[in-house]
Amino acid sequence: MYQFNYHQPQTIEEARSLYNKSEDGLYLAGGHTLIPSLRQRLSSPSDVIDLSSIAALTGIERQGGVLRIGALTTHDSVATSEAVLGHCSALATLASGIGDAQVRNRGTIGGSIANNDPAADYPAAILGLNATVHTDQRDIQGDNFFSGMFETSLWAGEMVVGISFPSVTAASYVKFPNPASRYATVGVMVARIDDGVRVAITGAASCVFRASAMEDALSSKLSENSLDNVAIDPDTLMSDIHASAEYRAHLCGVMARKAVAGL
Amino acid sequence: MANISVNLIVNGKAVTQECPANSTLVDLLRDQLQLTGTHVGCDTSQCGSCTVHFNGRAVKACTVLAGQAEGADVVTIEGIGSRESLHPMQSAFRECHGLQCGFCTPGMIMAGIDLVNRGDASDEASIRSGLEGNICRCTGYHNIVKAVASAAVEMGVKEEAEG
Ligand SMILES: Cc1cc2nc3c(=O)[nH]c(=O)nc-3n(C[C@H](O)[C@H](O)[C@H](O)COP(=O)(O)OP(=O)(O)OC[C@H]3O[C@@H](n4cnc5c(N)ncnc54)[C@H](O)[C@@H]3O)c2cc1C
Ligand code: FES
Ligand code: FES
Repeated sequence: MYQFNYHQPQTIEEARSLYNKSEDGLYLAGGHTLIPSLRQRLSSPSDVIDLSSIAALTGIERQGGVLRIGALTTHDSVATSEAVLGHCSALATLASGIGDAQVRNRGTIGGSIANNDPAADYPAAILGLNATVHTDQRDIQGDNFFSGMFETSLWAGEMVVGISFPSVTAASYVKFPNPASRYATVGVMVARIDDGVRVAITGAASCVFRASAMEDALSSKLSENSLDNVAIDPDTLMSDIHASAEYRAHLCGVMARKAVAGL
Repeated sequence: MANISVNLIVNGKAVTQECPANSTLVDLLRDQLQLTGTHVGCDTSQCGSCTVHFNGRAVKACTVLAGQAEGADVVTIEGIGSRESLHPMQSAFRECHGLQCGFCTPGMIMAGIDLVNRGDASDEASIRSGLEGNICRCTGYHNIVKAVASAAVEMGVKEEAEG
């Protein structure tokens, strides 16, 4: 690991000002993406700004049909929260399938979405459940948050504070996990919200996306058979050592059917 | 670059330790506090041999910065039992032959205890999925799973007697 200055601010304002003063600062949440990348010297920040003492970034609340989860909430807390289970059990299922027990005890929802790994699970929840991302400066609609591989619409130094999930009629998340890391080779979130159906797919392409052809087909009739003639074009998907684009396209259909069956 | 000073509790004792800002918790435990029972296998959060309890929960100490442990209550393999009086999880690993070379064992035991404490060790499938973050190159896992299941019974009995 390269050298860096380490800070543990107590408030959002203090964290922002440390960021602004640093040459090349980075926020640290659970560290389960950032610390491995520091160790591999893939990242060399001048300052590491640890958010873990900032109380305003914690907590899970359910009010007026909206579930709000603080950015620092660990995957395990989401997986086991009564409020989350009562609001949308698919979100708890998604969190309980991330990595392993130790990873879930440290990794956070804010860190996961800010990082936007193409194989991460949470991005499928943000898009599929029509969430809103709250930052220290504005609210960003989930549909506008993820902009490319490891890229988001966050400005430099902008901090994720929390995420709001509106109420859903039904939702289901199914993934085909990489057998070693548990990251999604393909993960599909299907949700019925009011009269519409949303389908978000992670792991398959360089960035999470909504499968509009599947959404249209399922909007006419919410059943597995509606997906019979809907295919995802492999040309839009990734090929790597874990799976070819054709295999990923096939998995999109299989995982989507399983998700619909689980609604 | 400046060192940082970290205040934490390790195995029940308050500790204040100076260390470089880029130290990890496992560096602090092994190199500075000489608690070498916590092992480092991969150093990249894959193998779980560095598992310790951090505020009561199993975490990989190679993937926590020393500074993040400020104010934390950390328990390592040295803190759960003694030579004279092993923790039920340690006894179960011995009884069930749940180790061969022993390298993964401290991490397995710390992960196993957390699993039992959370009530997630009720059957073989949940023990296997609960130990997904711990890799063993020797045993083939079978006896490790048996050991955790047996310790779960023992720990439950003890809790009832105490409770
Ligand atoms: C062995 C292993 C297996 C894993 N398996 C999975 C898996 O199956 N599925 C999955 O989805 N993920 C998986 N992960 C990743 C894990 O979920 C990470 O915890 C997560 O991606 C990052 O969250 P973090 O809190 O650890 O963030 P950090 O590592 O602390 O930060 C990640 C990035 O986000 C930025 N950041 C953090 N918080 C904020 C914030 N509030 N505002 C703005 N920027 C912020 C940081 O600057 C950094 O660039 C795995 C990780 C490991 C080590
Ligand atoms: S040494 Fe920490 S997970 Fe392998
Ligand atoms: S006993 Fe040798 S690695 Fe597990």
